Amino acid sequence: MEETPSFYSLSETSVTVNLGSTVSPAVQARVQQLLMNLNHEPFPGYQESVPSYIGLTVFYDPMKVTTKAGSVATEVKAILRERVSHIGNESNRQKGNHVTIPVCYDLEFGPDLSDVATKNGLSREEVIQIHTSGKYLVYMIGFAPGFPFLGGMDERIATPRHAQPRTEIPAGSVGIAGSQTGVYPIATPGGWQLIGQTPLTLFSANREVPSLLSAGDHVTFKQITKEEFIQMKEGER
Amino acid sequence: MSILVEEGGLFTTIQDLGRRGYLHQGVLESGAMDRQSARNANVAVANDENEAVLEMTLIGPVLTFQSTALICMTGDGMTPFLDGDPYPVGYPLIVPKGTTLSFKAKKEGMRTYLAVAGGFNVPNVMDSKSTYIRAGIGGYKGRNLKKGDDLELGNPNKLVQPVIEKIEKDNQVWRSDWHVNGPIDEANELNRNVIRAIPGTHFERLNEESKHQLFKTRFTVKNQSDRMGYRLQSQARIEFNDSFSLLSEAVALGTVQAPPDGQLIILMADRQTTGGYPRALQVASVDICKIAQLRPGQSFTFTEVSLKEAERLYVEYERAITIRKHGIRLKWKQCGSEYGERSR
Repeated sequence: MEETPSFYSLSETSVTVNLGSTVSPAVQARVQQLLMNLNHEPFPGYQESVPSYIGLTVFYDPMKVTTKAGSVATEVKAILRERVSHIGNESNRQKGNHVTIPVCYDLEFGPDLSDVATKNGLSREEVIQIHTSGKYLVYMIGFAPGFPFLGGMDERIATPRHAQPRTEIPAGSVGIAGSQTGVYPIATPGGWQLIGQTPLTLFSANREVPSLLSAGDHVTFKQITKEEFIQMKEGER
Repeated sequence: MSILVEEGGLFTTIQDLGRRGYLHQGVLESGAMDRQSARNANVAVANDENEAVLEMTLIGPVLTFQSTALICMTGDGMTPFLDGDPYPVGYPLIVPKGTTLSFKAKKEGMRTYLAVAGGFNVPNVMDSKSTYIRAGIGGYKGRNLKKGDDLELGNPNKLVQPVIEKIEKDNQVWRSDWHVNGPIDEANELNRNVIRAIPGTHFERLNEESKHQLFKTRFTVKNQSDRMGYRLQSQARIEFNDSFSLLSEAVALGTVQAPPDGQLIILMADRQTTGGYPRALQVASVDICKIAQLRPGQSFTFTEVSLKEAERLYVEYERAITIRKHGIRLKWKQCGSEYGERSR
């Protein structure tokens, strides 16, 4: 059953709508529908929305929201409540893209692959096999430009974060944190277990859509050799 | 038309009012830390409010104007000097070609802004000229300014161009008889160390002592504070009734996070787009500029306002700046016709 949505003001220019309390593809689909609804039919003053695992934060310009009486926040919440009541009925639900991400799992690119295997009582090949056989849903992009939070990883390879984060992780690194998996688009500090690296550019300010992935997309990982990695990396330049 | 950077200063970047529309792709908003000062500087030289300005931190740069320019500096970070003579901030100035602008540090205050009529000719990256250093995008080559950089300027608009041309002939610094510095709200100016905030979305889950302490204790800005966040220190530990974990979700400018160590972080211009720490408070948008002008070691207290009150302050400020903008346009029109008559 669908949970009752909750609405709260994050600031005087933003309202968060939560459409559930736990992470699930069904809640994510509703979040995506609300996002599409707002982007296709923005209300006066609407600026942009940021999806999360369970909801959406809507940013607006208080000077442009038309209010009959009372506060702008109350008006925005009323608009959103009305929009939420309509989602789920739309026939043309927009499906996300399916993106295959090539990954080289060689140890020089995945310094933690052996640890992930040992901690889970698996061989390195088994970890790679499990990681590449999953189909992952992009729940949200956040933390850094283009960084995807992927759900749906097999618990057999779940591994906790490092106690001490690394000071610099190379762009393209594929990591595991608990039962999440994701890819670092730009070089940044981070604590995830690194199991490989992709030659793809996940974020580029020069592209029309800078982030390769969007919330709602599906991702699969495909193993490539070091030679293929180098070839593709050159192709990306 | 350009400005030559003789010395970069401690940390000088190009910023506008931020990068919007890409938050869902994980792209930070960035933009000026003290937006009120940035807007005032632009408004004073008849630019669009969102035009790029220089944000200068603690130790200012040394700049030489390669062409005559109309400029305005605002904010509290430092005292400006033109060819060695001190000038107050907030006044529109016309500086002749060859003038050198330098700064002297002050005991208090953090950031000064420089707007130039016509703005800075740097590319728009994802609809903004703001520098975002970690991704190396926006502003001047995606980084802070360094010695030898040459900042190309845009063309001043029709309102101020005739004034600049008339005064250019005098070949000395011209200062207007009006100024714009400081917040529009005078009462607010007197309370620079009192920051208005609304209870955050997890405020109710704080323990009773912490709820009380939030509006009583003095918070000191720690050294590790930067454009991403202001880290605070206080006698009080701000804690919750029970420990709970959150799913990451969007955060806003001025969100005050309470991590498990009990020391608060105020999220500023270069904040990450999403965060997973509980949110104790939300700074009223009109008071973000006060925090942006606090330097490490300075302290302040929070005072509670309702969401409705924060909203009222927001609307009041926006109306006031619109009136200021119209007033300034009239000033420039008047100035243009006066100089026109004089030269006739």
